[in-house]
Formats: sequence, structure tokens, C-alpha cells
Amino acid sequence: MNIDRERALGYLHQMTRIRRFEETCAQVYSAGKIRGFLHLYIGEEAVACGVMPELSREDAVLATYREHGHALVRGMPARSIMAEMYGKQEGCCRGHGGSMHLFDSSMRFFGGNAIVAGALPMAVGFGLADRMRHTTRIAACFFGEGAVAEGEFHESANLASLWKLPVLFLCENNLYAMGTSLERSEADTDLCEKARSYRITAASVDGMDVLAVAEAARTAVKHVRAGNGPYFLELKTYRFRAHSMFDPELYRSKTEVESWKHRCPIAAFTARAREAGLIGDAEISAIEADTAREIQDALAYAEAGTLEPVENLCHDVYARERRAAKTGSP
Amino acid sequence: MSGTVRINYREALRQGLREALLRDDRVFLMGEDVGRYGGSYAVSKGLLEEFGEDRIRDTPLSESAFVGAGIGAALNGMRPIVEVMTVNFSLLALDQIMNNAATLRHMSGGQVNVPIVIRMTTGAGRQLAAQHSHSLEGWYAHIPGLRIVTPATHEDARGMLFTALQDPDPVLIFEHASLLNVEGEIAADPQPVDIDYAAVRRQGTDLSLITYGGSLIKSLQAAAKLAEDGLSCEVIDLRSLRPLDDATFIASIAKTHRALIVDEAWKSGGLSAEISARIMEQAFYELDAPVCRVCGAEVPVPYAKHLEDAAIPQVDGIVAAARNLVK
Repeated sequence: MNIDRERALGYLHQMTRIRRFEETCAQVYSAGKIRGFLHLYIGEEAVACGVMPELSREDAVLATYREHGHALVRGMPARSIMAEMYGKQEGCCRGHGGSMHLFDSSMRFFGGNAIVAGALPMAVGFGLADRMRHTTRIAACFFGEGAVAEGEFHESANLASLWKLPVLFLCENNLYAMGTSLERSEADTDLCEKARSYRITAASVDGMDVLAVAEAARTAVKHVRAGNGPYFLELKTYRFRAHSMFDPELYRSKTEVESWKHRCPIAAFTARAREAGLIGDAEISAIEADTAREIQDALAYAEAGTLEPVENLCHDVYARERRAAKTGSP
Repeated sequence: MSGTVRINYREALRQGLREALLRDDRVFLMGEDVGRYGGSYAVSKGLLEEFGEDRIRDTPLSESAFVGAGIGAALNGMRPIVEVMTVNFSLLALDQIMNNAATLRHMSGGQVNVPIVIRMTTGAGRQLAAQHSHSLEGWYAHIPGLRIVTPATHEDARGMLFTALQDPDPVLIFEHASLLNVEGEIAADPQPVDIDYAAVRRQGTDLSLITYGGSLIKSLQAAAKLAEDGLSCEVIDLRSLRPLDDATFIASIAKTHRALIVDEAWKSGGLSAEISARIMEQAFYELDAPVCRVCGAEVPVPYAKHLEDAAIPQVDGIVAAARNLVK
């Protein structure tokens, strides 16, 4: 294992944070504290945890409705995420967005988009602005393989490539667009091939292996930052939980799910790090304890949070309300 | 003062674009054929030569991607002007306009805003048939988070763009295609115009004609005809469809006690219905007669000239409706 102890602990800590945070979300959802849609990232942790450290604080990150993990690893406080899901005004978006719309402009984390492929055109625009301003920033956009069936993916890929924009396309291929498997929705299931058809450099990586993800992301970020145009990285992964809390999972077999669970990114990484002598029981316990404290704190913060006064309902629709009425002039 | 100049609406739009590009280097124009072709309606002619390819960007026919890219660029510090060739094609970008531009400020708890301006032509009257003749600005006016403006005069065609670019939120500008060649007198020195208020374009006492965009000229022509019969019409140009300046048309109705709404779009569920409802809510007891509407016929706009003419408001129809209202 070609990493130092600090880095190994970092990956394990971040993946553990997401896993435990998500498990807690599911519990409090069942208790009725969180409502609406809740899409869990459990099983896919290595993707966000491998990619995010390769980005700079100045880069823009855009994600999907399955974005709690990305938000956490990007550095958003667990408290503000939990409070958001509780619908409290202490939440990152004052309770306006909920689970699917986490934003933190100070982290350059621009959501949380619940329309499949809806963030892709915006990511192209972030890249366009960076390019026109001659910055070295890039735009990183996470999306599922389901987005590849949308026209917005193809339009965005073409435009980013045509204008050679600094956009990193991060395709989290968890094999199912809600309940529709990739082979039931794509005539050609080779996603990299689609990106390459727009002359975008593309690569595919095992999204269950955080180190492989990190290495692939490093290559991709370097390519994009150097001004070589966009890059498409497919991250092959799997969600262990249902699509959302309403999903009875009739479209895939228990055997299939179990076989992927054997490839759990956290267990796999822990085993390798132990073997390499980078991590032992003490470190794992410390990470678990630290994570448990963080989540307890987030829960307490969310529980203690307050509701935005209903009088504020229509604030922030516009920056300014229309000026006081005057009678029309000729 | 350097007096007035006579220009057409297209030239007024072009001057507004040029002014915006000169005054703020964050401003750029992108859309289909805005550069080398000069704009499908020749509005951006010459701008590519003056400002270069970086700021006058021809896009592929990907409405969703380039409108969304405008939104992303706006979120990332730029002031994009996105030209969608016509309102008809804007439907291909509706996801970006409605689900992103309109929602992001509120959904993010006020953390982000989208200072984008999206321009498009609208309307019928040029025998382009159903798919090129929609008037959907009223649809867009349904959406909280957007500002909708409809320049009907040369001064507004030139000035609204710059004001819209100063707004921190998304503004959609609807330019009626039948106005492009219309000439008018305009101050040689551009003056700032607001995008908040309706304007009274003709003072009157007997009847309020409430309209906007391409129907303003027709309403003014109707008012002139009606004046020959001794009927005094006040003509209100809404200018902004969202937010609506209720106060101006309500004040007019308080004076005239009769309201006729002229809108090229369909009646059902349309802007004219909204205006009518606001009159009921705010000025019911001022009315001496029921509110009346002259709107587009409930039909996909057909190609044949006589049928198209029959499908959208015309001066004679407005005159007839007005006479009927004061009978």
C-alpha cells in the first residue's frame, strides 16, 4: 500500500463518517424526524472519499440528490447537514432544501440537484466562467450512470469538449437508475465510449477501492487543470441500500446485493491498511468514537434547532422585492 | 442634449447589447448563431467583430446545455446574456430555467443567486405556423424566482437589458418578433429604464386597455381609432409580467371603470386571466362593466395568412371589443 499512515487514517475516517452518518439518517428517518426523500450513499463511500481530496478548495463541486457523503467530505459540518434534514433554520439551507439540496457556497459546494443530469449544464458554465477568467479552478460534477441517458449529458459533454472547458465529469455507475439496470436502458453499456465519442478523455475505475479512485481522480484533475479540456471518470460502484426509503427493491436479487456487500469499500480498505501495518484496532476504535461523537453532536444540534418563522416563507425568492408601487408614468 | 434619432427596434436591441458589453467585462453573449451569422434576427450583427469570439459565443443547438451553462457561469461570477433564438425553442431549456435558475436562491436558503439574462423572441404574425408562433411569456410569468419583462418600445428595447443585468436574479426578456423592423424616435443619449413598473402609454378616461409586448402597437392604434368616435382610452403597457405592477392598472381602472385586456397568448390559464383576477380582487367595485379580453384564439397558430390573422388580436377586434364594453 503506497500511502502513509496519515492518509490511510484520513480515508478510513471519512468513509466511516459517511457510513455512520447515513445509518443514523436511516434510523431517524424511521423515527419520523427526517421526511421527504432520503437517498443513502452506503456502499459508494470510496467514490466521494477518493475524489474529494484531489480537488482544491477553489474548485466548484456539483452533485446529485445522493450527496450527503460528498457534502461531508467536502467539509460541510455534519450539524448543518443534519439540521437541514430536520427542516430546521440552522440547516445549511434553512430547511428549504432538505436531503436532496445541500448547499454551502463557502465550500463551493453547489448542491444537491434532484433532476437527473440537471447539474451537468451548470458545471459546464462553471468551467466556462473559470476559463474566461483565466483561473486554474475546475468544476467537478458528480452524477449517476442514469444521467448518461439524458440529453443534458450529451449536450453538456459536447459543449465542454468543443470549448475545451475545465470540467471533470464524475460518473458514479451504481448499475441502477432507480430500478432500471444499465443493460435495460443503454444500447451500449460502455459509458467511457460515449464520452470518447465527444473526444473527451475517459477512464473507468473500481469505485469500491478508495485508493484506485484517488489515483484515477488525481490523473483526471491534473488533466483538467492543465487546460486539456474535460475528463470523464467512470466510478464503478454499488449502493447497498434501496434507492430511497420508499423502494421495495423488486428489481435486483438479494444474492446480487450480498455479493457486492462482500466488496464493502470500508472493510476492504481496512483489511489492506491493517495488513500494511498502517492501521490497528486502536486507530479504528478512535475513528469510530470520534465519528459517534460527531454524529451525536449533529443530532443534538438538529434536535435543538428552531423552525424558520412562517412569515419568512417568501424571503429569498428574489434578492429584492419590487420597489414600492408608484403610479405609472407616460 | 443631442436630440433624438430614428431607429428600428432591432437596432435598439443591438445598441443595448453593445452598451452592456462595453460597460461590464463580465458580460458576454451566447446562443445559436449570435456570432458569425450575426444573430438569426440580425440583432447581434457586428458584435463578434467588435468584441471577439470569447464574448460573443456561437453555441451548438443545445438549448439545455447553453442555458444551463449560462446559469453556471452566472453562479461563478459572470453576467451572461443567453439568447435563445425563439421562445418556442426555450422549451428545450425549460428544466434549466425552471428547476435551476428559478429555484436556486430560495432552495439554498439564500446562499446563491443567478444573475443571468435570457433573451428570446416571441409571438406570431409572420406566417411561421404553430411551432414558431408561441407566446409563452405568460407561462414563464407563472414561475416564482424569475423576472419577466417585455420591451414594447424602442427605449425599453435599448434600456431594459442593462437594467436586467444589474439584477441579482434571473431575468427573461421577451422581444416580439413582429416589432423588429418597426421604426421609432428615441433619445440619442440612452437613459436608464426600470424593469419594475407598468407605463401609461396613452392617457384616457373611458376605458383602460391593458397590454404588453407586440400587442401594444395594436392597442395604441385601436385607441387612436376609438378617439375618432369620441372614446377616450387609457393604454397601459405592463412592461414587467413578473412581478406585475398591479397598482398602475388598478389606478387606471379607478379612473375609467372599464378594463379590456389585450394579450396575444391564449386565454385559458393565461396572463390575461391573472390580470382579470387581480382586478376582481382589488377593483371589483370600481367596475361599470365586466372585464373583457381580446386574446389569441385557442388553437395552434396556423400558417395561412387569413387564418393566422384571425388567430391573434387585431386592431379591428380590439376596437370592436372596446365599443361593446362602453355600449
